[in-house]
Amino acid sequence: MTISLNTPNTLSTEALLATFRRRSRMAFLVPGVILAYLTWIFFAFDIPGIAARAKTDNAAVLLTDFWAHKTHVTRDNRTGNLSISKDGENRGAYPPGLLPDWVTVTNGVTTIDLGQGNIVTYDDQGARYIVPEYGTIDIRPSEDGQSLILDAPQPLPSWINASDRLITVTTPAGRFNYSRSKVETFRYQAGWALFFFTADSPFFQKSPLELAALATTGERIDPNRSNLRYMASEFWNNKMWHHGEVAWALFETLLMAFIGTFLAALVALPLAFMAARNFNPLGPLRFVMRRIFDFIRGVDALIWTIVLARAFGPGPMTGALAILITDTGTFGKLYSETLENIDEKQTEGIRSTGATTLQRARFGVLPQVTPVLLSQVLYLFESNTRSATVIGAITGGGIGLLLTQAIITQKDWEDVAYYMILIVLMVMALDSLSGWIRRKLIKGE
Amino acid sequence: MVDIAYGPGPDRKPEGGSTITTSEAYLEMVRRRRLYSGIILALFIALMVAGFQLAQSRNAGGFLNGLPQIFAFPSEVISEAWEKRTNIPGLFLQFLPSLMETVNIAAVSTLIGGFTAALLALLATRGLARWPRLTPLFRRMMDLTRSIPEIVIALMLIFILGGGPVPAMIAISLHTAGALGKLFSEVAENADVKPVEGLTSVGASWLQRMWLGVIPQVAPNWLSYLMLRFEINVRASAILGFVGSGGIGYDLKLAMQWGAGKYDQVVAIFLLLFLTIIVIDQVTDHFRTRLVKGDRKARA
Repeated sequence: MTISLNTPNTLSTEALLATFRRRSRMAFLVPGVILAYLTWIFFAFDIPGIAARAKTDNAAVLLTDFWAHKTHVTRDNRTGNLSISKDGENRGAYPPGLLPDWVTVTNGVTTIDLGQGNIVTYDDQGARYIVPEYGTIDIRPSEDGQSLILDAPQPLPSWINASDRLITVTTPAGRFNYSRSKVETFRYQAGWALFFFTADSPFFQKSPLELAALATTGERIDPNRSNLRYMASEFWNNKMWHHGEVAWALFETLLMAFIGTFLAALVALPLAFMAARNFNPLGPLRFVMRRIFDFIRGVDALIWTIVLARAFGPGPMTGALAILITDTGTFGKLYSETLENIDEKQTEGIRSTGATTLQRARFGVLPQVTPVLLSQVLYLFESNTRSATVIGAITGGGIGLLLTQAIITQKDWEDVAYYMILIVLMVMALDSLSGWIRRKLIKGE
Repeated sequence: MVDIAYGPGPDRKPEGGSTITTSEAYLEMVRRRRLYSGIILALFIALMVAGFQLAQSRNAGGFLNGLPQIFAFPSEVISEAWEKRTNIPGLFLQFLPSLMETVNIAAVSTLIGGFTAALLALLATRGLARWPRLTPLFRRMMDLTRSIPEIVIALMLIFILGGGPVPAMIAISLHTAGALGKLFSEVAENADVKPVEGLTSVGASWLQRMWLGVIPQVAPNWLSYLMLRFEINVRASAILGFVGSGGIGYDLKLAMQWGAGKYDQVVAIFLLLFLTIIVIDQVTDHFRTRLVKGDRKARA
């Protein structure tokens, strides 16, 4: 490792001292400039104002959604109907007659155990919420049904919000809303709701042991197929999480990166020979090839993607073509640099046998550059699996599309977390795979 | 090595190695190798063709249908922009602030990310780490930040922090820290430990050992990677602007959504972005060659 600072060839004491002085000036100047720049950016990007603009409630929603879900227990005050659903979605509604184990209904009285002594009861007079170390919050509609009467230990704490139309109670155990039309209780629980089976599936709310028993020895629920196949299809076609579609989207993203990278690698190979000084004696052609590479790289993946999306419509092929074009430029540049740095002795040896240019390239050059080129290809493939996510978001294909859709709706953050985990796992798996192949190729292990 | 040349089993190993059998064995090996590479190549081509067919079938428009239309959109854009070509210099000036924002996002993220990467890399390199037991932890941290796409973090931060340059800046910084950290630590692994040992013997602290013993050795390569990353980050910052908000990418999205009538703006932005990337590419390339190959070998 050589240090390539501007060291003069002849080091007189004078010159050496001058270098030292210059270096010590630089040692203060460079950090100073960087610091000044960062300070300017600090105010130009209005970072002091960020705290005021940040929506902490959004952050709270996002973070809770990542690891927890809520169950809604709702009673319609007019009809008295009780409905329970995960995240308040229709597809997450419990079928009639099925209750979570912390909700009991006896003689028209619904008791909801929120844990740690928090008990909510709905009865025909109204609803009661027993909060430990505070007391009982009792809510009844007034005689004429126009307002709500709240009976709770005074003074009211800040976590109870009461008007004569709506009363909300927020405790660490859950949330409770009483309005004239309905009463709702939300209980937060760790984990993603309905990840394996939706509520309309016969396997909903079964423990792993029960499921194992059903799969192996249990009677067939659907006489036409075994329970295991039924289970697999219920999981794969899960109506909330769409595991099947997500797997397809991941595969599409991978496909985009694969086709784009490897086709680019093939297309760029002959072009790189034309751009390398030692293979192409024609200066102007070389210059043109290099400028083409620069142009392709300069136009940028973003612009290629937009142009191609107009021609080919959304989908994985458009993404693959965008990667193909961008990477042709990158590969052309990388390859031609590699080709210029080869060992000439081997080509000379081949030339001495009277080989043609093509044979020289095939037997003298390709064997020595193949490991390097393949390693470059794999490295770009690795980074393209990441870019394919972004390109998918622009063209509308693969996991990138699902991800941006989930983020734009701004409520399905558990989906976002799920996709993120899958993307990270995919990228990491490819990282180690390509690392393994590269080690094999270069070291020949 | 020699054994391999003699074919598959020891039973077929010729005695004495007369010239004829040797060359036969060699030719057989060549044939076998060609067969294997042929099979791999055929598999690869089949995979590519099948993959392409699949990608095409899941695409909205087919490849052959779309091919003639590739130039339809660019020519439409360019012809409109050509009619309004007098506007373009003015539009350059109009979009210059957004371009500066995009470049600034990239520059700040490269600086912050690069600084974090340097710290992480030193902490994750065997032989240099401050806490050797924690090296796997820092390595996993780099892996994780590297593999989360910037767009995910940026979009989530936009939800929390609102629009503007800060979400993109944080997202790109995080990714840069991971990506550069890996490269930095590969360079640092090859650094000579003698200066570090010398500094240890005079009682230097960890920071002093790194600053005086390691950084001077790795600085040229690190700076070279940092410049490469800056170029990549300018592109990433433009894309994040397009998908999220902030910078020239956002202006491009607005102009594109407007469609016909604002194509002069589209062309102005394309040109600005293109020129910026070309300039940054050429400048960083020049300095990178100088840094890695030394002064005198600077590109002709």
